[in-house]
Amino acid sequence: MSDARAEVLQRVRNALGGGVAVPEVPRDYLGAGEPAPSGGDVVELFCERCADYRATVRRVGADELPAAVAAACAERGVKRLVTPPGGPAGLEGLELVADEPPMSAAELDGFDGVLTGCALAIAETGTIVLDAGARSGRRAITLVPDYHACVVEAARIVAGVPDAVALLAEAAADGRPVTLVSGPSATSDIELDRVEGVHGPRTLDVFVVS
Amino acid sequence: MKGFPAAARESLQDSQLRRNLGKATQTIRAKRLRTIQELPDWEQLRDAGAAIKARAMATLPEQLERLEAAVTRAGGTVHWARDGAEATAIVARIAQSKGAREVIKVKSLATDEIDLNEGLHARGIEAIETDLAELIIQLAGDKQSHILVPAIHWNRSEIKTLFERTIAEGQDLGWEATAIAEAARKHLRDKFLTVPVAVSGANFGIAETGTICVVESEGNGRMCTTLPETLISVMGIEKVLPEWRDLEVFLQLLPRSSTAERMNPYTSLWTGVRDGDGPQEFHLVLLDNGRTRVLADEVGRQALHCIRCSACLNVCPVYERAGGQAYESVYPGPIGAILTPQLRGLDQAPTLPWASSLCGACFEACPVKIDIPSVLVHLRARVVREEKSSYSPEALAMRAAAKTFGSRGGYERAQRLSKLGRGPLGKVPVPGWSTMRELPEVPESTFREWWSERRAG
Repeated sequence: MSDARAEVLQRVRNALGGGVAVPEVPRDYLGAGEPAPSGGDVVELFCERCADYRATVRRVGADELPAAVAAACAERGVKRLVTPPGGPAGLEGLELVADEPPMSAAELDGFDGVLTGCALAIAETGTIVLDAGARSGRRAITLVPDYHACVVEAARIVAGVPDAVALLAEAAADGRPVTLVSGPSATSDIELDRVEGVHGPRTLDVFVVS
Repeated sequence: MKGFPAAARESLQDSQLRRNLGKATQTIRAKRLRTIQELPDWEQLRDAGAAIKARAMATLPEQLERLEAAVTRAGGTVHWARDGAEATAIVARIAQSKGAREVIKVKSLATDEIDLNEGLHARGIEAIETDLAELIIQLAGDKQSHILVPAIHWNRSEIKTLFERTIAEGQDLGWEATAIAEAARKHLRDKFLTVPVAVSGANFGIAETGTICVVESEGNGRMCTTLPETLISVMGIEKVLPEWRDLEVFLQLLPRSSTAERMNPYTSLWTGVRDGDGPQEFHLVLLDNGRTRVLADEVGRQALHCIRCSACLNVCPVYERAGGQAYESVYPGPIGAILTPQLRGLDQAPTLPWASSLCGACFEACPVKIDIPSVLVHLRARVVREEKSSYSPEALAMRAAAKTFGSRGGYERAQRLSKLGRGPLGKVPVPGWSTMRELPEVPESTFREWWSERRAG
C-alpha cells in the first residue's frame, strides 16, 4: 500500500507543477473575543437561539437548579438518568446512575435520559459543546438515551463560533472528541424542511444557570 | 451515460418531479437568504473560506503528510487509495478482518462516487445506509439527485408510501413527517447498537490536529462514529484543512449555506482513537480517484474547494427544472457540471459543461466563491479543443467558412448564394444547430449591393 501513498503524493506534486501561489488568509471577519454578530447579551441570545431549534430552555438560579431538573423530568415522565462519573448523586424523585464503569450501548438504551453539563455554549448559534470532559461525559451517554437534560452555566456561554473553536483547540490537541449539539435530533430530508426527532435524543431540555 | 441533453429531456417529462423540486428549492432559497443576512461578516467569511481552500490545495502534499502524521500519532491508521476500486478493497479488507457481514454507513458522497456499497455487496458485505434520504434511495433502488438531500425528488406522501411498504411493514404512518422519521428510527436502532463496523465520509480533516469532522442532522452520524468498535472514514484528499482554527470559518459557512440553519443539529469531531470513548480502531482512507486530475487544471482546480453545501443546486434554474438525475453523477447541479467532467475525464461527460445558462447565481451563492461560470466556459473550450476531430461537421463548416470569407470575391459570392436561403430552403434543419437556434432571415439585398446602387443612383 505504500505504493499508493507514493503515487498519490507524486500525482499531487505533478498537478501543482512548478509551484502555485500560496494565498494569505484574510481573517477580517468577526473573530474570537468580538461581540456576537447579532449583538446583545450573550446569555439572552443563547436562550433565544437554543429555543429556536425547539430545545426547551429554562433560566434558573443555582439554588433552583435541582428542583427545576426534577420538575422537568417529572413533566417528561423521565425517571432513570445516566450522568457522567462524578455527576450529581441524588435528585428528588429521580434515579441517577453514574457512567462508571463505562456502560455498554445496550445498557444506556435502558435509561430514560441523561443529565450532563457542557464544556461551552455558543450564543450566536444556540449550540451546546460537549468535549468528553468531566462535565460532558463519554459521547455515548448523550447519544443513546432519548432525553437529554443539559446544564449550561451562564459563564460558559461564548459569543460566536470563533470563540468556541479557539477554546476547544486544547481539547483537539489533547485528542478529546468534541460534539456540537444544536437542538434535538432533526432531519431536513423531507421536502427540505426541518423535522425534529430522528436518531439522537428527541427531547433536549436546557437549564441556564446564572 | 446518455449525456445531459437526453437525460434532461427525460426528467423534464416528469411534472411531479418538477413540482417536488420547485417546492423544496424555493423553501430553502428563502431560508438561506434570511440566515446569511444575520451575519454582517458573511462576505469576509466567504473570502477567508476561499483563501483557506486555495492555500490547502497549493500546499496539498505537505497538508496530507501532516494529516497522516497527526492521525497516526492519535492512534489511527491511514490508508491511501489511487482510485475507487482500491478504496473499496481497503474498506472490505478491514470489515472482513472484523468478521463483519454488515456495516452501517453515514451519508457520504465520496463513497457514493466510488460505488462502495455495490463493491462491498460483491464481497458479501451489506452496507446499511442510515441517513434518512439515503435510506429512501436504498429502499427504492433509486439514484441520488441532490448533494445534501439525495431524495429531494421524493415528496412526503411518496416517502410515506415507500416506508409503509418496506420498513414499517404495512403499518399506516399517517401524514406527519415526525412519524416518517420515527419509522426510520425504529428500523435502524438495533443496527446502531449492534453492528461492529461503520463507514463514514469526512466534511473536513484537520492537518494540524488529525481531527476528522462530520456535520449532520439526524444523529445517525454520531451513532456511526461513536458506537461501533471500528470506524472507517473515506475522505477525498481535497477535504484537508491546514489548521484547527480554519473550522471557525467553515462551521459558519457550511450550515448556513446547506440547510440554511445557524448550526446543524450535530457536528462530530474526533481525533484518532480515544481510550474508553468511541471506536477503539480508526481507519482513514485518503482517496484520489481523479482529484489530482482536477488539480492539474489551473482554472478548473477551484472545483476542489467545494464543501458540498448544495447552495448552487438550490439557486440554479437549470437544476430546478432538469432535476439531479439528469447530471448522471452523485455530484449534480452547477458544481457537478464542473466537477464530474474533470473527475472522470472530459471525454466521459462532454455535455455537462453546457448544462448551464451561465446566469451566475451559483457563483453568488457559493460560500467559498468558486467561479463556476468561468470554469464552465473554460471546460467548454477544452471540450471543443480536445474533441476537435478535423472531420466533425462543425469543424468542416468553420474551415469552409474561413476560406470563403477570406477573399472579397468569395464573400460576395457567398452573400449572393445565401439569398437562396430565403423561402423554403431556409427551413431546412441543420442537424445539431437549428434544434436549439433559429436561422436568421436573410435580407433582400446586402449592404454592399445597397451601397453600390446608391452610388450609381
